[in-house]
Amino acid sequence: MNSVILRAGTRYLAPLLLLFSVYMLLRGHNEPGGGFIGGLIGATGFVLYAIACGTAEARRALRVLPQNIAVTGLGIALLAGLAAALFGDALFTGQWLFLGATETEKGLPLSTVLVFDIGVYLVVFGAVLTLVFAMEEEI
Amino acid sequence: MEALLAVTIGVLVAGAVYLMLARNVLRFIFGLVLISNAANLVIFTAGRLTPGEPPLIPEGADAPVGTVANALPQALVLTAIVIGFGLFAFALVLMFRAYTSLGTLQSDEMRVAEPRDDGL
Amino acid sequence: MTDEPNAAPAAPGLAGLLPVALSAVLFAGFLALVPQVADGGAIRLAWDWVPTLGIALSFLVDGLSLTFALLISGIGALVFLYSWAYLGRKPEFGRYTLFLTGFMLSMLGLVLADNLIALFVFWELTTITSYLLIGFNHEQADARRAALQALFVTGAGALAMLAGFILLGFTAGSFELSVILAQGEALRAHALYLPILILILAGTFTKSAQFPFHFWLPNAMAAPTPVSAFLHSATMVKAGVYLMARLHPALSGTEIWMWSLTIFGAITAVFASVVALRQTDLKQALAYTTLMALGTLTLFLGQESGYAMTAFATFLIVHSLYKAALFLVVGNIDYATGTRDARILGGLARTMPVTAFAAALAAMSMAGLPPFLGFIGKELKYAGALAVASEPLVVAGAILIASALMLAVAGVVAIRPFWLPPGGAFPRQPRPAPWPMLTGPVILALLGATFGIYPDTLERALVAPTVAALLGSAEEAKPLVLWAGVNLPLILSVATIVLGVTIYAFKLRLRAALARAEAALPSFDAGWDRFLKGLNRVAVWQTRVIQPGVLRFYIFVTFVTVLIGAAGTMLARGALPALPSLSTVTWDGLALSLLIVAGAAIAAVTGSRIAAMAALGVVGIAVAMIFIVFGAPDVAITQLLVETLVVVLVAVALLRLPALDPPGTRDRRPRDAVLAGAVGLTVTLTLLAVIERPLDRSLTDYFETASWVEAFGRNIVNVILVDFRALDTFGEIAVVVIAALSAYALLRTTDKRRPE
Repeated sequence: MNSVILRAGTRYLAPLLLLFSVYMLLRGHNEPGGGFIGGLIGATGFVLYAIACGTAEARRALRVLPQNIAVTGLGIALLAGLAAALFGDALFTGQWLFLGATETEKGLPLSTVLVFDIGVYLVVFGAVLTLVFAMEEEI
Repeated sequence: MEALLAVTIGVLVAGAVYLMLARNVLRFIFGLVLISNAANLVIFTAGRLTPGEPPLIPEGADAPVGTVANALPQALVLTAIVIGFGLFAFALVLMFRAYTSLGTLQSDEMRVAEPRDDGL
Repeated sequence: MTDEPNAAPAAPGLAGLLPVALSAVLFAGFLALVPQVADGGAIRLAWDWVPTLGIALSFLVDGLSLTFALLISGIGALVFLYSWAYLGRKPEFGRYTLFLTGFMLSMLGLVLADNLIALFVFWELTTITSYLLIGFNHEQADARRAALQALFVTGAGALAMLAGFILLGFTAGSFELSVILAQGEALRAHALYLPILILILAGTFTKSAQFPFHFWLPNAMAAPTPVSAFLHSATMVKAGVYLMARLHPALSGTEIWMWSLTIFGAITAVFASVVALRQTDLKQALAYTTLMALGTLTLFLGQESGYAMTAFATFLIVHSLYKAALFLVVGNIDYATGTRDARILGGLARTMPVTAFAAALAAMSMAGLPPFLGFIGKELKYAGALAVASEPLVVAGAILIASALMLAVAGVVAIRPFWLPPGGAFPRQPRPAPWPMLTGPVILALLGATFGIYPDTLERALVAPTVAALLGSAEEAKPLVLWAGVNLPLILSVATIVLGVTIYAFKLRLRAALARAEAALPSFDAGWDRFLKGLNRVAVWQTRVIQPGVLRFYIFVTFVTVLIGAAGTMLARGALPALPSLSTVTWDGLALSLLIVAGAAIAAVTGSRIAAMAALGVVGIAVAMIFIVFGAPDVAITQLLVETLVVVLVAVALLRLPALDPPGTRDRRPRDAVLAGAVGLTVTLTLLAVIERPLDRSLTDYFETASWVEAFGRNIVNVILVDFRALDTFGEIAVVVIAALSAYALLRTTDKRRPE
């Protein structure tokens, strides 16, 4: 598709969508959002970019093969699940660490659950882009 | 409201089944999209419909305040949507490859693996 | 039908001797147990396997199982040594060793298992390894057919046997043999005794090739000769005999047990020894005499007397020793000359003196001549036959005929190839066999002679303990002696020898007569082929009916099945839902429902791709709106995003696809419409019926209370996905990855048939 307006708009929209997708991912545990939604939003940004500027351009912008992203995500999710074994819990039990926690403030929560959700994000993001890029290139 | 949705889902399923029985595999894929939607709605409706409040726990509380929607079917449906998309995309690609290889979208004519008279 | 032994006699790699060492060590280990077992001390070992089902990995070493274990590991060691020279330089030798070792270990497991289910598992392992070994020369159609036949016949019998085992286990209240064997009285009186007996005998008769299931065993000679020596004479075919002996204390003593074993055993023995004489292939002749031995063993197991049991135990050992030796001798002849045809072979004593020596010793034991163990075995057989409760003369007569014929066959194997002039040219210049191929036959044949001269050792070490395992007391065992004075068995022995020599003298004329008779009678083997052909025809017919290769037909049948399953159940149970109230319907809900209905209807009937796509989009977005209205923002966002991607993908694909309907046609299918409507109605009714019932909220309640307190998340849906049910989610994202990669692979495969 060759539209100057779309291309110019996408140049700003795609990074915004990517940023928004990370925001949706991180807030997912407490507000609507999460890895599935984040991954889909992020992928939509790149799909838009591919429609506006071509798949080759989008692949260059992504730098990494999308299928690698998906498989890496799957590995991260698996590791997050296996990590529970280190603490003697059943697999896929969430492990939490509260940085700087005090009596009243619970501090910055870090958890294997968040890592797992990041894995989900990468899987969805990578899988969707694998599909869309391949479809657009081959068809 | 659940009863109305049950009827709606019935119509949706009927349309989906009709499409899936078509000769043209593209119609089959349309049917697949519809029946995925229908399945998701069935799960969602079976968990009862609660207008309004999403299943979120407000700041300062330990559990949801007041009546909120049933979270369990939502979690099931959410993953089902994503998987349904994966299935749809794969089916679409498969159909497309079948078309480029065989030159037809009519499933009755796709008989490379099982020729009409292979004598068995 | 000859298997191709090594072309060159040079020694193969030493690694091939590992299984020899393994079986020798096992043999030594079992030998060390002999004194303890001979003193009446059975040894039991057990580990829990599937405790909930009462299945344990338990082993029992008593006289019976120890005798078998010694035969298996001892003959195994000699056969492995033999194979090393016979096949060691073939590239498939590794595979062969693997199969044969696997077979030996499963066979040992079978005879040592104290749990019926464990025994069954080992039993089937021997079936499978035997299948692989018979079909070892898989490039030959004969071998493949024989392997499949053995698998089918013994496998079918084993399935029946499994059913019998399960009945037996439930009747006795335990799958442990040591428990079952103690309940003989109760079992024999039980109403299920007859089904148990028939099912188990189906397994043992097929495995031990009793008439009329005998036909697979001669065909199994397609296996390499050492395999035949090991599996089809000394061990595997005796598994059925072993099981009948093992269960003897529990199941024997009834009329039906006695008559079925006696009759089938006697028919097998006589039939097989007659057919054996007819064979010109030495290996086939030995195969039929093996059938004869199995029939005799079965016959004795039908009885109760101490004589019969002593005869069983002795003949079991005798037969294993001389039969394995003779099979290996035939292997040597084949190796030396390239043929096994008795009509051609002759004059080999000069080229292969050691083999001729072993053959002579083993054949004399087989013929039942003094002072060999075979003589003692034959005396005991007559004593056992005369001790049969009913019809002793018929049984003794059957044994007389079989033994005489056996003597004649022994002559065919041991005299003809070595001492008489050749009947034709050999395929190759005779060459001597290397030492590993001589060790086995010589040791086995010498053992037959040694035990004949010193029978006491064998009696105390193995025969008496085996009888004790069968009858409960070693006192019942009769002595093994070479000279028992002039008595009826001795007279019968003399008659046997006279009759046997006469048959041997007239064997050519007899063979011709038998060939004519055989041609006139229906053949079991041909019947088997007809059975398989019929089975194939049924399969072809059935495939035509249920798999016509039309995708729409499959989908149609699937939906009809769903319809019958769901609607039929609802109607049959009278579970139709009541007419629902529509009082809670909201305006936005109604509007969205109408959108969905309209979208589905348009998508279903339109002939335009763009209209269909738009209709799908309408449905998808209306569904997302329903999620928003009823408190599911996460789901709604996901649905909207996915819907966008679906439209993108379909739009991309549509660029290159043709119109939905071929020009000038429209898609109108009333029959499909009726089915679609019925399925839709069923879904509606099912969902209404579900909604009528109270909702079980226990899981939801747990997630609501635990989400923040235990999992530190306020978005319950997300907490369920990434914490409570993270393993499910992991599986689901794995599916997504697989779908994407498969689609990618499909698109990237270049296809030369592409129309462009």
